[in-house]
Amino acid sequence: MATTDITIDTRTAPPPPASKAAAGAPSLILGEHSLCPGCGEPVALRLLLETLQDLDVVHRSIGVVGHGCYGSFVRIMDVDVLQCLHGRAPSCATGIKRMRPDSVVFTLQGDGDMVNEGLQEILHSAARGENITCILLNNGVFGDTGGQQTATTVLGQRTKTSLEGRNAEQHGYPIPIADMVASLQGSGYVARGAVSTPAAVAKTKRMIKRAVQSQLDGNGLSLVEILTMCPTGWFVPAAEGADYQGSSMEPVYPIGELKSPEPQTQEAVHA
Amino acid sequence: MATTENGRVTRGTLVIDADRCKGCELCIAACPPSVLEMSTDVNEMGYRYPLLHDGCTGCTACQMVCPDYVFDVYRLKAPRA
Ligand SMILES: Cc1ncc(C[n+]2csc(CCOP(=O)(O)OP(=O)(O)O)c2C)c(N)n1
Ligand code: SF4
Ligand code: SF4
Ligand code: SF4
Ligand SMILES: [Mg+2]
Repeated sequence: MATTDITIDTRTAPPPPASKAAAGAPSLILGEHSLCPGCGEPVALRLLLETLQDLDVVHRSIGVVGHGCYGSFVRIMDVDVLQCLHGRAPSCATGIKRMRPDSVVFTLQGDGDMVNEGLQEILHSAARGENITCILLNNGVFGDTGGQQTATTVLGQRTKTSLEGRNAEQHGYPIPIADMVASLQGSGYVARGAVSTPAAVAKTKRMIKRAVQSQLDGNGLSLVEILTMCPTGWFVPAAEGADYQGSSMEPVYPIGELKSPEPQTQEAVHA
Repeated sequence: MATTENGRVTRGTLVIDADRCKGCELCIAACPPSVLEMSTDVNEMGYRYPLLHDGCTGCTACQMVCPDYVFDVYRLKAPRA
């Protein structure tokens, strides 16, 4: 809460001596996006693009994008991308990586895309040990088509097609995809992050970096599931999306590394 | 060390691209010293946007959570009263 009614001029950069600690718009995003207020997906996208820059692999990166709200980023992302059929990104990524083994291949998929439409693509790709990095933006709804229930919707969660909340008797149980992928021998690195708090954002960026590094090291399929707020689909005000996620999704999908080639100390992961 | 009227030291500052803001208020909750406050005016798109008060630490928390890439964060070499 502000304690003075005088605000600082924030239209121009401060005069020297001052150093830029963080830039707003990522340099690999060339324009405005049209996602809703409070959506978590643009934050996850930023972390991914910054990681490709940090690892100096932008020039050899190829993104394979599914269908969901994040799909609108293909028009403004300054990275080579292929947008393929709903759910099929891991299979398309398999072909690209096998033909161009020096490229860094990542998928960008939602929960509806990966866990509903394309469940077998991700599982078989992981079982085959394809050396690709999959990024799952999990908001528990088919956001782009109006917020219907998906395979990852948690019990009790209200969606357009479960207005009274998901119940196990009628709708079955959610699928914990990251746990399933971690259980397969062909996966090398699996983690679950979030973008709901500054600490979660920082931790998730480290996870994405380790996942891409795992691909560079040839350790098989890497997956980072990122819980992303969808206030529109959740029927909550944008300002409450982060808290709603913390209380509804995170107990079911705990944040942390599920599988890692060289497990870090607790301090390193949770730093 | 010099402090402001409200007892805070200002170690950082922001450039706020208010016209990008969609008014979600995630930055307000994320700011540890609580120096961001929503405007009463609205931007080109009709959304209220954050205003900065004294006491920013330059921690970048607002920039980390903002879905609309509104903030550039600067650290001041010499803390300002
Ligand atoms: C084969 C096929 N079926 C259905 C659709 C319609 N469709 C487009 S986006 C989408 C939902 C995607 O949900 P998700 O992957 O969770 O992404 P979100 O929008 O939630 O980020 C669907 C069902 C489609 N494009 N193609
Ligand atoms: S519907 Fe949900 S996922 Fe899609 S842009 Fe809006 S908040 Fe984001
Ligand atoms: S940089 Fe940190 S202290 Fe300054 S406004 Fe942003 S969150 Fe608040
Ligand atoms: S987090 Fe970003 S978009 Fe949301 S209110 Fe703050 S500045 Fe605006
Ligand atoms: Mg979704």
